[in-house]
Amino acid sequence: MSLRLTTAITLGRLAALASRSLGLGGGTTIPGRVARAVEPQLVRLLAQRLPFGTVVVTGTNGKTTTSRILAHIAELAALVPIHNRAGANLASGVATALLEHANYLGDLAGDLAILEIDEATLPKVFDALMPRVIVLTNLFRDQLDRYGELEVVAEGWRKALNQLPSDATVVLNVDDPLVAEVGRGVKGQRMTFGIEDERVALTVLEHAADARYCYHCGRPYQYTVVYFGHMGKYCCEGCGTRRLNPDVTAREIVLRGIEGSQFTIDGPRGSMRVRTALPGLYNVYNILAACAAAYSLGIAPETMERAIESFTPAFGRGERLQLNDRELVFLLVKNPAGFNAVLRTLLQGEQAPVVLIAINDLIADGRDISWLWDVDFEMLCGRVKGLVVTGRRAEEMALRLKYAGVEPGRIVVEKDGKRAVLRAVAMAEEGEKVFLLPTYTAMLQLRAILQRMGVVSGFWRQ
Amino acid sequence: MKLRICHLYPDLLNLYGDRGNILALVRRAQWYGLEVSVVSKGLGESVDPREFDLFFIGGGEDRQQRLAARDLREVKGEALREAAASGKVILGVCGGYQLLGHAYRPAEGEDLEGLGLLDVVTVHPGKAAKRLIGNIVIRCALLGGRTLVGFENHGGRTALGSGVRPLGVVLAGFGNNGEDGTEGAVCGNVYGTYLHGPLLPKNPAFADFLIARALETRYGKVHLRALDDRVEEEAHRAAAALALRGRPWGARVLAKISGRESARGKFDPQGRKAREESKT
Ligand SMILES: [Zn+2]
Repeated sequence: MSLRLTTAITLGRLAALASRSLGLGGGTTIPGRVARAVEPQLVRLLAQRLPFGTVVVTGTNGKTTTSRILAHIAELAALVPIHNRAGANLASGVATALLEHANYLGDLAGDLAILEIDEATLPKVFDALMPRVIVLTNLFRDQLDRYGELEVVAEGWRKALNQLPSDATVVLNVDDPLVAEVGRGVKGQRMTFGIEDERVALTVLEHAADARYCYHCGRPYQYTVVYFGHMGKYCCEGCGTRRLNPDVTAREIVLRGIEGSQFTIDGPRGSMRVRTALPGLYNVYNILAACAAAYSLGIAPETMERAIESFTPAFGRGERLQLNDRELVFLLVKNPAGFNAVLRTLLQGEQAPVVLIAINDLIADGRDISWLWDVDFEMLCGRVKGLVVTGRRAEEMALRLKYAGVEPGRIVVEKDGKRAVLRAVAMAEEGEKVFLLPTYTAMLQLRAILQRMGVVSGFWRQ
Repeated sequence: MKLRICHLYPDLLNLYGDRGNILALVRRAQWYGLEVSVVSKGLGESVDPREFDLFFIGGGEDRQQRLAARDLREVKGEALREAAASGKVILGVCGGYQLLGHAYRPAEGEDLEGLGLLDVVTVHPGKAAKRLIGNIVIRCALLGGRTLVGFENHGGRTALGSGVRPLGVVLAGFGNNGEDGTEGAVCGNVYGTYLHGPLLPKNPAFADFLIARALETRYGKVHLRALDDRVEEEAHRAAAALALRGRPWGARVLAKISGRESARGKFDPQGRKAREESKT
């Protein structure tokens, strides 16, 4: 036990207290930053004290939800998981999460850590965490100005995975050719997941598909099935590279729009029919990822089943709130493939929905908003009851909708967040849903507005 | 009249919302009452330059750019040189711009030979060098000093030769190389720029300029009536305001942009005219 570690923990704790009482926000990163300045080895020193080790969840989409489902499964398996808060997935957020659960001696009040890690940050914290299970969900273009390009992220993963001990498990989405490619050379154990249900497939590869060309020979992949983005069953006619057979699969999927879905999971230890409140096919992937990770932790399928049925959506990921007898549904948007999946899901309902889109261009959102032009907003034409746009880039969003074919007269541009929410709510009838589709920092702003209106509680308690 | 667009490598070079550029050309051509066609040409597909009036090539990651460079050299190079020589419009954005030049030297690996349609050379100063990233505003002489707004994100630094003029002068951002204050390059009807975002939807004047130029090679002088561009101009102004924030001359540039707007009537997203326009 070093004095330096104790000092680091103490100062980190004080920073947490200060940022909270001064109302500086959630305090999800500052404590970690302070403590790491005192003890750079903080993460390593704390992580190695976890009896069940660390599970890391990374990828472009689904990190938060997947790690939350897995944490819920772990809790029902009588484990005490430590996890970082939604979106606090850079090195400082990881340090903050461990810090919060440590006493002054550096002992942790938890059995294992389940951490969502930003895809580009993974190589920076991998060595310190030395995870026991690492879950790779998918790779899409996201926030390019911050992260560099997809290949660079994939290369970082490859290098990190090379350091894995042979008893560690890599959980892979085999429907994503880029993720599968990263996993191909892995030395440790592998647990794979994917969807096996052609009835929920799209008819063509979306514009938002990224991995279109074979990583070995450069020829275009041939897809027999596409689920969303570039997820699907593919093969390369040039070199014979093809999708691996998944260990954990979903079949007989019944999507019920925003109300969730039902499907059958086949795994190494039998089958189960599950019903989830999480909407959309993208959440089927998140559940599969969590189950594959739970299998590698040795958790029983019955526990997973109970956890899936009782899981409620994470902060901003399908979360529902009430305002003036209208139901607000928060669906975070951050890249084209995810945005398309959200739009398809909200259009599955019986009524034409009211939609509010809030686009910011701060660092956490991605300063470059050109990705909006890769989203298929065309599908909204004639199918929404009302459209409100807000955020720092509301004007660009309105322009995108105009070129998607939405009549400009039907688009309400309202820069003020509170007025935007109220206008959207006013467009819906009593009992109807209003979908709030914000980028990350726009979500925090909308949350703060709703908090002042008494609709939601504070961020750090989530 | 018909506008014939050739979209080069749409599934390979599409990094920064590039399809928005095609969408802007198509929609605006339709609003002008023109017929319009878009043909995609991918790897290995030959191009007949007589079939098209306007060629667009977007940007991609290193691997994709390398595949496209080889294809341009081996399959489409002759046709595009012929197109340029006969005055067809060619627009390259980002990686596409680099490939319209003589050569691109990436951070790693062999040099990429370009088409040489623009007298520019691009060199990536190495992986450790800072990428040039951010909102950008330029003043474009071709458009009578109007501004173009966008976002740039490039590692390569482009140097202009004597055979090209810059597309514009940087008011905020980096431009070709972050040093000489120039952005993009123009030679005849060949245009290269680092502005994505995408470029054409929120710079409707430039989109119209290219449409007119493309039609002129086939039909002679054309006159395009004014569209209701209030939504476009509001997006333009908002993007410019973010990029120019804090610049000493920013307020003056913005006042100029807004002045042009108010001359055409105040922005009104519920406007009757806008509604009618989108129906056509
Ligand atoms: Zn191949």
